[in-house]
Amino acid sequence: MSSVSPETRMTYREAIRQAIREALLADENVFLMGEDVGQYGGSFGVSKGLLAEFGPERIRDTPLSESAFVGAGIGAAMGGMRPIVEVMTVNFCLLALDQIMNNAATIGHMSGGQFPIPVVIRMTTGAGRQVAGQHSHSLEGWLAHIPGLKLLAPATIADARYMLAPALADPNPVLIFEHGLLYNQEGDQPPDATVDIECAAVRRSGTDVTLIAYGGTVPTALDAAEELAQDGVDAEVIDLRVLRPLDDRAIIDSVTRTHRAVVLDEGWRSGSLAAEISARIMEQAFYELDAPVARVCSAEVPMPYAKHLEQAAMPRSETVVAEVRQMLGGSDG
Amino acid sequence: MGEFLMPSLGADMDAGTLLEWHVKPGDTVKRGDIVALVDTSKAEIEVEIFEDGVVDQLLVAEGSRVPVGTVLATLRATGAQATASPPSPAAAPSAPRIQLPDGAAPVTAPQVERVAPPETIQSPAAHRIRVSPLARRAAERLCVDLAAISGTGPRGAITLADVERSPASLAQQQPTSAVQPPVAEITSPLPPPSAPVAPLPATENADRQDAMRHAIGALMARSKHQIPHYYLQLEIDLSSALSWLHESNAARPIEGRVLPSALLLSAVAHAAAEMPEMNGFWIDDAFTQGPGVHLGVAVSLRGGGLIAPALHDADRKTLDELMTGVRDLVQRARAGRLRSSEMSDPTLTVTNLGERGVDLVHGVIYPPQVALVGFGAVRDRPWAVAGMLGVRPTVIATLAADHRASDGHSGGLFLNLVDQKLQKPEAL
Repeated sequence: MSSVSPETRMTYREAIRQAIREALLADENVFLMGEDVGQYGGSFGVSKGLLAEFGPERIRDTPLSESAFVGAGIGAAMGGMRPIVEVMTVNFCLLALDQIMNNAATIGHMSGGQFPIPVVIRMTTGAGRQVAGQHSHSLEGWLAHIPGLKLLAPATIADARYMLAPALADPNPVLIFEHGLLYNQEGDQPPDATVDIECAAVRRSGTDVTLIAYGGTVPTALDAAEELAQDGVDAEVIDLRVLRPLDDRAIIDSVTRTHRAVVLDEGWRSGSLAAEISARIMEQAFYELDAPVARVCSAEVPMPYAKHLEQAAMPRSETVVAEVRQMLGGSDG
Repeated sequence: MGEFLMPSLGADMDAGTLLEWHVKPGDTVKRGDIVALVDTSKAEIEVEIFEDGVVDQLLVAEGSRVPVGTVLATLRATGAQATASPPSPAAAPSAPRIQLPDGAAPVTAPQVERVAPPETIQSPAAHRIRVSPLARRAAERLCVDLAAISGTGPRGAITLADVERSPASLAQQQPTSAVQPPVAEITSPLPPPSAPVAPLPATENADRQDAMRHAIGALMARSKHQIPHYYLQLEIDLSSALSWLHESNAARPIEGRVLPSALLLSAVAHAAAEMPEMNGFWIDDAFTQGPGVHLGVAVSLRGGGLIAPALHDADRKTLDELMTGVRDLVQRARAGRLRSSEMSDPTLTVTNLGERGVDLVHGVIYPPQVALVGFGAVRDRPWAVAGMLGVRPTVIATLAADHRASDGHSGGLFLNLVDQKLQKPEAL
């Protein structure tokens, strides 16, 4: 007899489904739309069963035109609705970038606050599933460049379950990035709770080095921290959770304690979120640093299809461990 | 294509001012030619080139102060084409060929920087102490000399732990260790160190004096911090050496007479040739034997300060050659016209303070050398031989040696070897 009954465990996918379901039940202005979210149950199975429960008015399949249905979502939000728009992957949101940047991010400002845009746009991000160079990238850094947007990257079951409600309540457009490798991640069903969408979280406390990660790189950072612990290196892992606006305080507080930082980012290194975070550390904690800030990012190639090449291109815990070892006194550099 | 770099003219030099070019683009040079005059903080040094070729471009203008390792000029092989297109397309607009002589516009600093891309700045960086910002701050707070610490961080950088482990820091922490506040909260409870690093471009004599004092201070502090010195002394009977010298000098013209100090130098050089562990360098935790016996001869300068240029291959020079060499070195050192190889080559330094009337000297080793031999005044002293007390001219020889490279046993053998050499002056 297992002491853990099935109901106390939950996958990341199920957590998001529960969050959507709860939102649909709580507010009749909430609806879900996107490619294949209805009949097919969502490209990643997140909305399975919701069409049967809520009907086609509120679970809406759309044509394959990101620009059209993201734009429709923005328009609905201007009209007082609380739309949840699903875009299959962040790569495809580029087709809707004009809507996201020129409309969602700006209309609130340009209307002097007359038109809040409380749209939530969910999308899958990241590599590791062998879907190659047009479905696998992490473009969060590009979108994090845009003022007027709020960007969330749930990395835990609890965040997947509870970030949606405050996102819908926020008058600004909120983008939620769901890492494709996390959907099957299983964890204890979180207690009924609320979470904030402002702060980063310390997922593991440590004193020797700060590993800064988000989304899919959080498990990578935790793996690296475990391995480092065997060498007696006590790593702290920060889960950014919110990619815009960044929680500078949490980052700087941690680096001030550990004096060393490695930033993990599945985006390409050049012009990445990791670059932004390194710069902020340099600006705000330069005199606390005992070693240069290191970055572990994806190789600057279109994500390969072949499994071994894909693995080699992604941030890996071995690379993080090697960076930390060098930082702590290897003179192999 | 060769590169002519700002040389390191001694362990205490990290930058130099290019005073004069002695060549221009198109000149053919060969190994050993003097191509430039460089001002270290200590002296003006004539810098030799170590490659044959044709001067291609001069990259640093006269008057510029640049870090050690900076490319000063490029060379091409004799017969090769002049650089028609610059080395890389990116460098094309920013690195025009520079014709320096006669009123040409001097190269400005930004251009020089562009010539050396960031990846290649490693050589000057190797001479700059790498310190993390946190460690630098801690060192300032604890008044710890960073030059005395070796780093264990990334690429040898000094980290907070290195500063905290240093003896100077431990000494300070002891009384207050119980109440030591976390580093983050410290707002410098101690007064800031009183000696800021002096800016070095020194043309005025007074500035030069200050700069030299600073350079000597930094180097000697580093020596005492890093080198575990041990000291030995031996009184040597010079009666036979001096009487032999007296006789042989009778055959020399007055201006060519050999002084006892040359005899002492020669004895040390011969002893060093036989005991190479005293003759060389301690670098990166290992001893490297000197490529020859190049005695550093400590010369005190008229305005104050000290310089110890090399007397090359002193063990293979006759006494007359040594005497000429020493006179020449002293003259040029005092005129500030030494050569680069003389500054960087010494493998073992000899200091003779006999003229100053002292009996003996416990020297400070010139890093990265591993030993320093000192001589005091030659005086008539009581000397016991075969149970009888007589009066003999003697000198007290001392050895300061690096305990990482040698032990007292070999140090003792070495001083005795110097003694033996002086008992057979005809062999010197």
